[in-house]
Amino acid sequence: MSDESPKPKKVLNKSKVKTPMREQDPAARIFNFEEVPLGYNEQEATGEALRCIDCKDKPCVAGCPVGIDIPAFLQLVGAKDFEGALRKIKEKNFLPAICGRVCPQEDQCEMVCTLNRPDKGRESGGIGRVERFLGDYAMEHNLTITPTVAPSTGKRVAVIGSGPAGLTAASDMVQKGHAVTVFEALHKPGGVLFYGIPQFRLPKEILMREVDGLRDMGVEFVMNYPVGKAESLDSIRERFDVVFVSTGAGLPWFLGIPGENLNGVYSANEFLTRVNLMGGYKFPDGSDTPVKKIKRIAVIGAGNTAMDSARTAKRLQPEVVYLVYRRSRLEMPARVEEIHHAEQEGVEFNLLHSPLELVNDGKGAVGAIRCQEMELGEPDASGRRKPVPIEGKVREFAVDTVVIAIGQGPNPLLTADCPELTRDPKKGTILINDVMQTSLPNVFAGGDIVTGGATVILAMGQGRVAADAMHRYLMTGDPRDPFAQAGGSGVCPNLM
Amino acid sequence: MGNKIVRVQELAPRTRLFEIEAPHIAQRGKAGQFVILRVNDEGERVPLTLASRDPGKGTITLVFQEVGKTTEMLGRLQVGQEIHDLAGPLGKPTEIPTGKTVVCVGGGIGNAVVWPQVQALKEAGNRCIAILGARTKELLILEDEIRALADETIITTDDGSYGRKGMVTHALTDLIEGGEKVDEVITIGPVVMMKFVCRATQPFGIPTQASLNPLMVDGTGMCGACRVTVGGKTRFACVEGPEFDGHQVDFDELITRLAYYQPEERASLDSYHRCRLEAAADRLQNP
Repeated sequence: MSDESPKPKKVLNKSKVKTPMREQDPAARIFNFEEVPLGYNEQEATGEALRCIDCKDKPCVAGCPVGIDIPAFLQLVGAKDFEGALRKIKEKNFLPAICGRVCPQEDQCEMVCTLNRPDKGRESGGIGRVERFLGDYAMEHNLTITPTVAPSTGKRVAVIGSGPAGLTAASDMVQKGHAVTVFEALHKPGGVLFYGIPQFRLPKEILMREVDGLRDMGVEFVMNYPVGKAESLDSIRERFDVVFVSTGAGLPWFLGIPGENLNGVYSANEFLTRVNLMGGYKFPDGSDTPVKKIKRIAVIGAGNTAMDSARTAKRLQPEVVYLVYRRSRLEMPARVEEIHHAEQEGVEFNLLHSPLELVNDGKGAVGAIRCQEMELGEPDASGRRKPVPIEGKVREFAVDTVVIAIGQGPNPLLTADCPELTRDPKKGTILINDVMQTSLPNVFAGGDIVTGGATVILAMGQGRVAADAMHRYLMTGDPRDPFAQAGGSGVCPNLM
Repeated sequence: MGNKIVRVQELAPRTRLFEIEAPHIAQRGKAGQFVILRVNDEGERVPLTLASRDPGKGTITLVFQEVGKTTEMLGRLQVGQEIHDLAGPLGKPTEIPTGKTVVCVGGGIGNAVVWPQVQALKEAGNRCIAILGARTKELLILEDEIRALADETIITTDDGSYGRKGMVTHALTDLIEGGEKVDEVITIGPVVMMKFVCRATQPFGIPTQASLNPLMVDGTGMCGACRVTVGGKTRFACVEGPEFDGHQVDFDELITRLAYYQPEERASLDSYHRCRLEAAADRLQNP
């Protein structure tokens, strides 16, 4: 890339803390599905970018699963060259408006940021916030920064599943000059970005814009096409030179306690799909998919999906939203920011409560949830202190809705159709080698179908690594990079 | 990929047959499988079991009854229009034995699915008896199509307006007790009917497959709305079914689950009717 933009002046912002981001007031936002963090304006973004000291080691770049040149784009933002900064990000990441919102930066680039010294009261650079600003800036100014597409190689690539891993692989492969077709089982593209992540965390318009960007680059999207059912993987393998499987972790887990099939009991996937993908919060006038009028709801689990479910529930105006989790706050797997938002919005946390039974209201629907109170004992295999029951302490909460958000497994729709695709016998995840190639040579896989369930950015990172390997496979027949250093590029960072 | 409607046929009051262009579903679909469709961008995802298909022509046939807002809107579509979204074939196909005597018991709109089942059973060299039930004569559908394929066809109507008066279960029991050696029964129709068909075959130890019709959202195993209890275990009808061993199915739970959204479905339909009335009144006033 040739950025001829002027060198930014070194006017550092010496503030110890991140420029705060304005948010919708919790009292107001629980009445709408609008976004909660409002984003930086130009001044705030520039100010925050200038906190970057452009340190020598650039640990943030290594901390980013897709290796964005973070200091470089921050410098450009500091110089108010927003278009140049976007161009810089888009060298590595096609979806800044999405990543700026849903990446767990506090565990990645921002965690390793040289500025990040809590002991000295100093916060990291607000990298995610500036990234999001750029994504939004592009949208507001109708800037389409379409990366250059290499001359056609004549090779055809199929991407199965249009979630974060699939979209990233599609973007990379089309830029490398291959003809890319993305197959999606549902009627909208985006996978979990559409059906899972709520509107108030990732507005669907942003997602659709990013998808349109891919279309502009020549990616073909085929909706309503569940590969494995509509067409066999073998047939796809014949029609295309290489296939990337990114079908996600779309099989919800249940607890296996009595009462789980009562009316009013949902998997988080169903609850979020009804509300997000199907727009059920607009029922009956803007959507035909019903969502019940909820009075009292319990969400079981404490990961990001549980927070999304609880916060979505809150916006349906119930009397109370409980969160039920069998461990303590320390073990909650959700992002700190999500936990904070849920608390701000009045979600009532019942930690160290393990669900025993969902109680029938006498009419076939859930009427209450019975929980065993727990305390923390010795650490278990995962290193977390194991919750143990406190004898005789059982509590019952009256509820009319329960959402089970304890995780999900790999979606079996494709793999069930193709036994030759080797899978982990226990988890059902697709097994891959060091370059994300499956047991079928022209089939690669990445994202949750491989990890079993991780974050959006990890899935995108895998989409990127797989795209590099597939490109080499198409051009040379060997997916490995002969010049790669041990542990260097060409090896999936998250599988080592 | 547009899914154009190429033929519309009214089979009975409020019951329509659509033949739709869908080459890959026509190619891959089998008896017992279903599709999911939407009628517009605000529409719900509705599962419909495949009636027949023509791989040569690249079309599939769906039969539906107008019972709610979505099916009413669907019923208004004409030849040449397209189905907004159509995905499939989903679910597992009916398990088709060979060289057996199989009785297919259908009721109401379920008879549309008996049709491809009888066809598949005959192609696999089975003796096939169809028992088709309807509330009254004018609601009986696809009799000629099924009669042309089955070795024997028995009709029952609740009111006795056609065929034998009474329930399909009586016809089935009489058939078995009359000495017909029945190896297997496949049933599709209203849940209560399927429950009693399964209850009727149980004493005779005749394996009975029931094609279930729970509520679904995505239909691809993602949400679990369609979960049913079979043999004490939770199963997802969309990916593990929709057909299960009828003697193991908890039909009462299925009936309860199917009723959960009835108030919302009614409200949705009422609001749709109101909108149409207002639009009609508006057209009259401002022609």
